[in-house]
Amino acid sequence: MSTTGINTGGNVQMAAGKTQADRRLLAVVGYLFLALLAVFCIFPFLLVVSSSLTEESKIIEDGFQLIPTAFSTEAYGILFQFPDQMLKAYGVTIAVTAIGTLLGLFLTAMTAYVLARKDFKWRGHFSFFFFFTTLFSGGLVPWYLLIVNDLELKDRLIVLILPMLLNVFYLIVMKTFMSSIPEAITESAKIDGAGDFRIFLQLIIPLSKPALATIGLFIALGYWNDWYNALLFITNENLMPLQYYLYKMLGNMDGIRKAMLGSGAVVTASIPTESLKMAMTIVATGPILLAYPFIQRYFVQGLTIGAVKG
Amino acid sequence: MNRHGFWRDVVKHRTLLLMLAPAVLYFILFAYVPMAGIVLAFKQFNYAGGIFGSPWNGLDNFRFFFESGDAWRVTRNTALYNIAFIVVNNVLQIAAAILLFEVAGKWFRKITQTVLFLPYFISWVVVGAIAYNLFNYDVGTVNVLLKATGMEPVDIYNTAAYWPVILVIVSAWKAVGYGTIMYLAAITGIDTEMYEAAEIDGANVFQRILNITIPNLYPTVIILVLLAIGNIFRGDFGLFYNMVGNNGLLFSSTDVIDTFVFRSLTTSNEIGMSAAAGFYQSVLGFATIMLANWAVRKYDKDRALF
Repeated sequence: MSTTGINTGGNVQMAAGKTQADRRLLAVVGYLFLALLAVFCIFPFLLVVSSSLTEESKIIEDGFQLIPTAFSTEAYGILFQFPDQMLKAYGVTIAVTAIGTLLGLFLTAMTAYVLARKDFKWRGHFSFFFFFTTLFSGGLVPWYLLIVNDLELKDRLIVLILPMLLNVFYLIVMKTFMSSIPEAITESAKIDGAGDFRIFLQLIIPLSKPALATIGLFIALGYWNDWYNALLFITNENLMPLQYYLYKMLGNMDGIRKAMLGSGAVVTASIPTESLKMAMTIVATGPILLAYPFIQRYFVQGLTIGAVKG
Repeated sequence: MNRHGFWRDVVKHRTLLLMLAPAVLYFILFAYVPMAGIVLAFKQFNYAGGIFGSPWNGLDNFRFFFESGDAWRVTRNTALYNIAFIVVNNVLQIAAAILLFEVAGKWFRKITQTVLFLPYFISWVVVGAIAYNLFNYDVGTVNVLLKATGMEPVDIYNTAAYWPVILVIVSAWKAVGYGTIMYLAAITGIDTEMYEAAEIDGANVFQRILNITIPNLYPTVIILVLLAIGNIFRGDFGLFYNMVGNNGLLFSSTDVIDTFVFRSLTTSNEIGMSAAAGFYQSVLGFATIMLANWAVRKYDKDRALF
């Protein structure tokens, strides 16, 4: 209440009794509603964590429960005993996320800077050229055939990077941010004889750090969570990113058994498939959950820029 | 003379044009070339001929798509789901934002906001895993609870009727944090003097919410909703595909244009027909977004997309 800056009573005596009762009612309703909503949001996560730590036989017997009926780390044990496939998928995801984010962020910033330059003669034309692609598209099929038949990118690592490299919405947010950098900075650097590219690299990039951090994290999250491009274009097991690997494993426990057997693992019957599915889900989501408290505020920043500019 | 001026401008802007070149080439290749590939919708595709070499077949692909009855089913599902998402998500997000603003203390607000935003960060694959955890017939939590209270377990993955409700709830769950933060930002921007004036006039908190907060949110709500309506024929592929997958038993109530096009392309290999369906979606989408933008423009010129 104090944070809203609203007067909480005291100096307005006339309706004090009435507003007090109203406030109490609103507080009860509000806290109850928000607490229920929060439980609704966090409950599935707790359920997955708990299930991954429950003994397999108990899951089969009693189903997934919020509190493990019989605690066991067996699923994680098996996962870490034969981590080859999982590590490969981690490697693919980390490589794709790192390359895609750096390259995508650089291109986004460079493009946005040109569009933000008020002395650039064709900025309107080019802005429309980019923006139009969000209004109309050829649809999935021609795009898919272009990548598979003409560019022959199927089962190449680059096909996980290219489709998400540039995004018009991020271009617009970045351009909005760069438009707020005073023109005088570019002007005076020009007078000193600096070229446009050098101005961008040495002046604009350092000044754009907040926007770069926010957009960079949005791009990185997109790459980390991507499974769609792998679903369309990847069949080679060595090139599967983490989320797609998880998708495959969830739908196909025989696949898990084979992977475990392939790496010289245990007897088929003793693999705890249900808890293993949940343990895999946790391991695939882990880095995001760990980073979440630290990166959250950048995303909130990004949303509020978006909210202000529409 | 004019021509001269053009080339002089090109030379003058050469560095900026070079800096723009990678992005321009990128969008030509991955957006404009596929746009030209739309002709595929009017062709009998074969791999030897490719998009431009395959023979024409007039409107056969469209006839196939519309006469099968699929067109109506997936269009209806896509539009109805999006309408349900727009209504439920916005009401929930606005309520959460108002209550967070009105009642929550600093710490409670921070923690709640963090928890609500968490589902946004999870991939759709993980959402699918969570759904399995909840709805599986033998071990799912829903059936655990039903059995514990003496009721019959339900076979959710084989019953189409449950899915509209489930999908609306999952969509609300994933989007609630994102929208709440947007609306909270809009509420925080309301002039506090208005609240102080209302208080002096003896308004209670409910009157204040109804007469100040909500009317001040109208511009944001109207813009966001109109833009969402512009995308009403675009289905959220990640949501539908990871929740339902290729489970044909559920298609009557869960198949949207995007999942239909994907399946026609990858599993049934009906390339011409899926291109026709994609073209149909693009045209429908273009028309609605133009309409929505026209509406936004009428309402508030500065908020329009273009």
